[in-house]
Amino acid sequence: MKETPVKVAAEDGRIVEPPTSDDSPLAVRGLTVSYGDKPAVFSVDTIVPQGSMMAIVGPNGAGKSTLLKAVLGIVKPLSGTVSIFGESLSEAQQRVAYVPQRASVDWDFPTRVIDVVLMGLYRELGLLGWLTNRHRKTARACLERVGMVEFAERQIGQLSGGQQQRVFLARALAQDADLYLLDEPFSGVDAATEKAIIDVLKSLKSQNKTVVCVHHDLATVADYFDRVLLINVQKIAEGPVATTFTAENLQRTYGGRLAATHIDDLQLPAG
Amino acid sequence: MGSEFVMLSLTPILIGILASIACALPGNFLVLRRQALIGDAISHVVLPGIVVAFLLTGTVASLPMMIGAAGAATIAVILIETIKRLGRIEPGAAMGVVFTSMFAGGVLLLEQSDTSSVHLDVEHALMGNLESLVWFAADGWSSLLDPVALAALPPELPRIAAVCALVAGLTYLFWRPLKISTFDEGFAQSMGIPTTAISIGLVIAAAVAAVAAFDAVGSIIVIAMFICPPAAARLMTNRLEVQVGWSTVFAVVSAVLGYVFAGYGPLWLGGQHAVSAAGMIATVSGVILGLACLFGPQRKRVGEAATD
Repeated sequence: MKETPVKVAAEDGRIVEPPTSDDSPLAVRGLTVSYGDKPAVFSVDTIVPQGSMMAIVGPNGAGKSTLLKAVLGIVKPLSGTVSIFGESLSEAQQRVAYVPQRASVDWDFPTRVIDVVLMGLYRELGLLGWLTNRHRKTARACLERVGMVEFAERQIGQLSGGQQQRVFLARALAQDADLYLLDEPFSGVDAATEKAIIDVLKSLKSQNKTVVCVHHDLATVADYFDRVLLINVQKIAEGPVATTFTAENLQRTYGGRLAATHIDDLQLPAG
Repeated sequence: MGSEFVMLSLTPILIGILASIACALPGNFLVLRRQALIGDAISHVVLPGIVVAFLLTGTVASLPMMIGAAGAATIAVILIETIKRLGRIEPGAAMGVVFTSMFAGGVLLLEQSDTSSVHLDVEHALMGNLESLVWFAADGWSSLLDPVALAALPPELPRIAAVCALVAGLTYLFWRPLKISTFDEGFAQSMGIPTTAISIGLVIAAAVAAVAAFDAVGSIIVIAMFICPPAAARLMTNRLEVQVGWSTVFAVVSAVLGYVFAGYGPLWLGGQHAVSAAGMIATVSGVILGLACLFGPQRKRVGEAATD
């Protein structure tokens, strides 16, 4: 039983070969990840063009976070390939920044806001690189961009959820990457934080950087993103929001779990 | 006072201090990773490792002891993982089963084997023998400059000093990856930090510290040295750098006060005999933790977060 999905995925990955990716920021082919016997992500292909903002959308348990983690090498895929700017992950690691789910860490950890942002400079600092004022200035500038500079000396547990999310974004900014992968950055944040985050992401896009967000709020997909990847373990659809984010595709992604009235509220273009 | 102190008390106090620091440093990270129980498991599985190393080599030299303990710690980690996966039981239970069984095995082995020639018996394994690590060759402070007397220092002292320096050096060297992967493992992995190697390295460092501290406090009370100073230090500050500093201070204070109270406390209270130094060190570190809970400046932080 355990072997079957692996083989199918490998074959599937070879059959459904997407167009060549050259050096696009993120190219995923035939990616299959499994926890135990059940695949969490099954043979997903996607190519993200440079300078785009893509939402990964799908129901709970659809493998959205797992897909991001597999791209980042945090979970090992059973099969499939990931290339980042045409290189392997380890070669292109310094060009990728990651914002994990806020709930994935213990915010009682004894550290200050500025220290968290400085973690984003680890690749530059290395094991024993001396922390200089230049690094601190960089970290403060990143906090400035998310509107958190006055909280630099606070312990991270004393922040609200939205503020914590902005600190995570500032840490990713400190990584000065070309591809930003964010896991539910808008989950459980206040309106001011949502605005601050989307402003930063749009400024990244205007610098021709590429942003990929796991996103769960269907109502904001069309406003925030220009591309969408709909997945429910397998890829359902992918493409520009205007043509891909349709009622029909959403119905296929969510199955019966999305009420017709909910889809009507989204005022989507006719599928 | 001077010469008697140097001969009878100086080396035990130093060994106690160095052992406490060597345990407190990795203890900070174990406690923050909610792996304090791993410290407990290690301190227990170290015993069969040491006994087997002794049975194989016939000596209590440091190197075989360290290798035996590190081997036992590795086997324990593998067993815990296996039981967790195959038995599908929660990690705490898997750990509990493994370390109590291995510890019990160590006690049985120790009882059955002839260890009369060396300081290796059940009582010492449980409680350590700090008081016996005296410096007979010393006749005063001047002995510290006397090469002949220095050569007769109890070998446990240079051993624990080397381990303490090693643990401190590794903590310094790997500070950033340790801190980042303890706070946010996923983010650390996304930056290419080998988090699995870091966490295994931390467990091995803790195992080495536990073996070295074995002489001083035995294999049970060492758990207090892993947990109490870091847990108390967490209540003093909100910065990891400062927390590690406080944990070192608390480790030193526990060792010194513990030794002094054990040696002289009962006499002050009209008793006849000194009590176990290891027991007193653990008790003092527990009292420090209690005081930090009551008076530490950051003790309320959880409540604040909850009202957020």
